[in-house]
Amino acid sequence: MVMDKRIETFVTIRAAMSLPLAPLQYLVSWPTSFFDNVKSAISTHDDLVNENLSLKAEQLLLRSQLQRLIAIESENNYLKALLQSSRQVKGKTLIAELLAVDFEPFVNQVILNKGSRDGVYVGQPVLDATGVMGQVIQTGPITSRVLLINDPHSGVAVQDVRNGVRAMAVGDSYSGKLRLMYVPKTADIKVNDIFLTSGLGDHYPEGYPVGKVISVKKEPTQQFAEVYLQPSAHLDSSRQVLLIWSPRNA
Amino acid sequence: MHSLMTILITLIIAIFLALLPMPDWTIWLRPAWVLMILIYWAMMAPSQVSVGVAWLIGLVIDLLNGTLLGEHALAFTIVVYFVTKMHIRLRMYPLLQQGISILIFVLLYQFILYCIQGFIGELPGSHLYWLSSVTSMLLWPWLFVLMRDLRRRFKVA
Repeated sequence: MVMDKRIETFVTIRAAMSLPLAPLQYLVSWPTSFFDNVKSAISTHDDLVNENLSLKAEQLLLRSQLQRLIAIESENNYLKALLQSSRQVKGKTLIAELLAVDFEPFVNQVILNKGSRDGVYVGQPVLDATGVMGQVIQTGPITSRVLLINDPHSGVAVQDVRNGVRAMAVGDSYSGKLRLMYVPKTADIKVNDIFLTSGLGDHYPEGYPVGKVISVKKEPTQQFAEVYLQPSAHLDSSRQVLLIWSPRNA
Repeated sequence: MHSLMTILITLIIAIFLALLPMPDWTIWLRPAWVLMILIYWAMMAPSQVSVGVAWLIGLVIDLLNGTLLGEHALAFTIVVYFVTKMHIRLRMYPLLQQGISILIFVLLYQFILYCIQGFIGELPGSHLYWLSSVTSMLLWPWLFVLMRDLRRRFKVA
């Protein structure tokens, strides 16, 4: 146990040992996906038409927003090039699905159905539709294990959207929320502020939403302010996630 | 050979049940399936299922769960050691008394896990954590009867 916790090379041993267990995880998640399939197979024609219509409307909306975004992105890249900044916004991405496998309630991890065969690597950032979910901590050929950002071992470098205050968001296992570390009491952080990744940790790319401030407590007896964030990603209900490749590993 | 297969299959089913996705409100209620099956076999067939098997199954659970490698292995080993020590006495108990012993065993198992999680700073978020031993106890009589029929059917031990 001590070896597992302290020695870094143990990760590879662990990955090798979990190799034969990947099919079992697929087997466990099979009933859930089976019922999902059955449910979609017996949904009525009307439902499908309605869903199709609403999806089309949503797509139109998103398209229009995207048009604006493309213009902004190109302008942004142009400005960055002017500033000779090396950071690029775009990178390789891949959509993965979570395997429906439950762990003991105190384990903040999920299993994805993509592995090293698809080029997934340890340390890769994982997002869902609304924000940062976590990072890959172990890869097998057909599965990979993701540490969610609300695990106490996970840390994300974040930045306040409103005024650019930087901080570290670590998981808080008691509440399932995120806590900002070492925030001075004089820092200008208010409830409802949104925090994005700052890209400083070199793990997560810059500019993805991490969470929204739900409480700021400044106790005179404590050295630092106590700030809690509600993760913007749906950590316990997302089924599909996005894997992104940083330019170095693409 | 036949009996080994039976034991193995029941253990795999238990692991399957331990990982099966459940509705959100039941997350703290999930009984310790694997431990209960291990206790049953350690009680009824101590020559086949003992500390070594418990340790191996514990490692598998650790790998599947992503917990510290050896955490469940240690907990299973300690509990199964005590079960094999007193397996004859346990077999003689009426179902109610057996259920209470199961409660104590599962509490011991959860306590060991709780300690290790505490050492690495990842304690479970709620005191509902201990509820799982109660559901295990309530489930034990049914599991016992089911497993007894199974054992007689396949003539294990």
